[in-house]
Amino acid sequence: MRYFPVIVVGGGLAGLRAAIEVNMHNIQVCVLSRVHPVRSHSLAAQGGINGALGNHARGVYDSPEKHAFDTVKGSDYLGDQDAIIRMCNDAPLRIYEMEHWGCPFSRTSEGKIAQRPFGGAGFPRTAYAEDKTGHVLLHTLYEQIVKFEHSSERADIVVLDEMLVTSLVVDDGRCVGVVALNLKSGQFEAFQSDAVIFATGGSGRIYSNSTNALISTALGIYIPFREGAPLKDMEFIQFHPTTLIGTNILMTEGCRGEGGFLLNNKGERFLANYEDSKNAMEVAPRDIVARNIQREIDAGRGFENSYVHLDIRHLGEKRINERLPGIRELCIKFANIDPVVDPIPVQPGQHYTMGGIDTDINGASEIKGLYAAGECACVSVHGANRLGGNSLLETIVYGAIAGRSCAEYVSSLSKTKIGTEIIEARLRDEERRAKEIVSKDGDYIICDVRDKLAQVMAQKVGLFRSESQLKSALEDIQEAREKFAKVKFNSKSKSLSYNYEFINYLETEANICISEVVVRGAIERRESRGSHFRIDYPKRDDAQFLKHTIARYSKGEISLSYKPVKIVKWEPKERKY
Amino acid sequence: MDKVIFEVFRFIPEENKSPYFERFEVPYTKGMTVLQGLLYIQSKLDGSLGCRFACRAGICGSCAMHINGVYRLACETQISLLGEIVRVRPLGHLPIIKDLVVDMTEFWNKYKQIKPYLIHSSSLPEREFLQSVDDREKLTKIVDCILCGACYAACPVVGTHKDYIGPHAFTKANRFIRDSRDNGTLERLRIVGGEDGIFRCHTVFSCQEVCPKDIDPSGSISELKMLTTRLAFTSFDKSKIKV
Ligand SMILES: Cc1cc2nc3c(=O)[nH]c(=O)nc-3n(C[C@H](O)[C@H](O)[C@H](O)COP(=O)(O)OP(=O)(O)OC[C@H]3O[C@@H](n4cnc5c(N)ncnc54)[C@H](O)[C@@H]3O)c2cc1C
Ligand code: SF4
Ligand code: FES
Repeated sequence: MRYFPVIVVGGGLAGLRAAIEVNMHNIQVCVLSRVHPVRSHSLAAQGGINGALGNHARGVYDSPEKHAFDTVKGSDYLGDQDAIIRMCNDAPLRIYEMEHWGCPFSRTSEGKIAQRPFGGAGFPRTAYAEDKTGHVLLHTLYEQIVKFEHSSERADIVVLDEMLVTSLVVDDGRCVGVVALNLKSGQFEAFQSDAVIFATGGSGRIYSNSTNALISTALGIYIPFREGAPLKDMEFIQFHPTTLIGTNILMTEGCRGEGGFLLNNKGERFLANYEDSKNAMEVAPRDIVARNIQREIDAGRGFENSYVHLDIRHLGEKRINERLPGIRELCIKFANIDPVVDPIPVQPGQHYTMGGIDTDINGASEIKGLYAAGECACVSVHGANRLGGNSLLETIVYGAIAGRSCAEYVSSLSKTKIGTEIIEARLRDEERRAKEIVSKDGDYIICDVRDKLAQVMAQKVGLFRSESQLKSALEDIQEAREKFAKVKFNSKSKSLSYNYEFINYLETEANICISEVVVRGAIERRESRGSHFRIDYPKRDDAQFLKHTIARYSKGEISLSYKPVKIVKWEPKERKY
Repeated sequence: MDKVIFEVFRFIPEENKSPYFERFEVPYTKGMTVLQGLLYIQSKLDGSLGCRFACRAGICGSCAMHINGVYRLACETQISLLGEIVRVRPLGHLPIIKDLVVDMTEFWNKYKQIKPYLIHSSSLPEREFLQSVDDREKLTKIVDCILCGACYAACPVVGTHKDYIGPHAFTKANRFIRDSRDNGTLERLRIVGGEDGIFRCHTVFSCQEVCPKDIDPSGSISELKMLTTRLAFTSFDKSKIKV
């Protein structure tokens, strides 16, 4: 059994930034990731990262405070204001740090980091690198990891890729290690550690119409949830207004930030016809634009009853190539259209998981020694609706914060390397369970159960929700659970090396449980706030629901409770743009 | 077309004596990509088929493989462009772990060899390093490399000289050498100009042909050859070396 003082689960932006921070404190750290770090989904981020740098001609009066206010308002007042203020204050520091580490941001004519306007922001404060911001940020962080690996000044930083963590080991309320499946060898391995930082990203794939990578499933948050770590605000799921028809590949908000139009089948910029989007138009916040697109489609003013047009043709080929080259490439390769000459067919799609592992402002969860950062965590800085450009920011700001507090925690421990027996026992449990799974011989195909459930989530737990639809989704989840108990394992080879059917099994189990958490939270929240829109309760209700939903898991049962929102500066007001 | 035949390279070193191609019939739907076909096989026909994927959008670099004679990304290759038979093999030159999955350790080690991180000597400014739009332009495209390995697998020199550093790593080296903020040119030129470096390149342009991101590793290799040659004839002066 290997021992590392700190283990980071996840090699995306949040995980890598956390690992660097731990290592800066001269503590040995190991990153376990199911894919090589540069394959993590962070690289899909296109539009950019927010920070009040004031580099844009129209942004000189921007400030972290204004950034924080926009974020609070965007969150429909559900975000914790202390956490938001901290993130916005740290933003310039972290963005400059990425630049110093080599991140190739696009530049202004003065040679500064270029910034563009984004939805819900008072100033153009989204720093970008063309439309490939996540890609360059992730490669830059991985390059720093390599540099740290080469350096002999500090304790080791170790990256073990293609290690799928399958369980977290908690001993008497304290986190003591993890068990992982080594995908190369097909063997389970146990890791002992004094602290674990989860940075496993979003759970988008519980929906069939997601922009997320195929590996962004609920498994990452299910693992600590099952061990007693509560989840927060899981009913808040962001739907991005503009995803490519067919594949739901994201068409960045940058398309609209750069001046693109949304058009219905009459060629009208229909956002002008809705009270909540008529002022900000295409750069109104995501939840509002997404709902109005769906309303337009439902009213028969879309195309083929399923999409509207995102038109960027008037920007011209030169500007499209300069600012949105990745979008052009994606449209040509995946939809066989060139946005220089054709409008892009788009529809809303699942995009971001606002909720996640409940952490405090230092990234610490309720379980001692368990930390979380990035999309899998809920600090909460996005509340009921995340602003574009704020989640990349969250990954590096709270990645660093979680890394630091974890390093301090580990340094303060008097007893380390505990729980050996319980970790070994868990390793044996996992091996036994795997044997059972590969010999399953029931009636249903694992992927069918998974895909059917994902469709239910998209149809019944989407942009517009109602008690009857949500209750019916709950029944469907129960049905999925029953079928899942009777699946068959059809792989010809039973070896677990790169056996995706086995991985799918674990993911489906997780998706079923987490889907239920989402739906249960959505049923109980009898109001509309941010991304959570109830047609039967169309108004926000601060008197009853200005509070975080907390879900717990114990002995197979999910229970809900609530927790107050931290309001330190701005009293809730109606959210108008 | 309502179905396609997939001929998939299969090999599990512990279970099979030698590799073989297995045929699968996959129902075709409009817009289907090679990756979607492989995922269909995985979910319905044989869950143990090994292949890598993540983003399904041509940006994570997981799914490069040999498809009907050419190295490309499975997730962005439309079956309609290939016809009714899709024949897939893993990346070349790398040891096979299982089916389409290869061991990329040496690929990553060679990448690490060229010091793939910004080396700056000046002390850090309080805000960002300034970089002109023109200087940034030199990085456009080259920073798009997704480290998919297609160029490496297609390179004949990699096949004959095991320690050849490889087009992906040269491209990365050039990315930093071109960066106005970087000061590691000399160190990197010594590495790429060495025994296992760029002068082994036969300039057959295989890397350039296969790169799914149109990055032109051969162009980078030529630039590096020129810089290294210049370095041999001048005492080192960064301003003379930079292009
Ligand atoms: C298409 C798209 C575009 C976006 N654009 C923007 C944007 O412009 N601006 C913005 O601010 N945000 C954007 N976002 C959101 C943002 O990119 C993500 O929220 C953020 O990158 C998540 O980073 P992360 O580090 O938390 O997770 P990820 O990058 O998803 O990394 C998760 C890591 O966890 C690992 N992992 C997961 N489960 C396990 C396990 N069980 N065992 C081992 N390892 C595991 C994975 O291998 C991976 O390394 C976008 C998101 C998408 C989907
Ligand atoms: S240069 Fe092109 S082919 Fe080579 S690794 Fe990079 S993206 Fe892939
Ligand atoms: S799956 Fe990411 S490039 Fe193909």
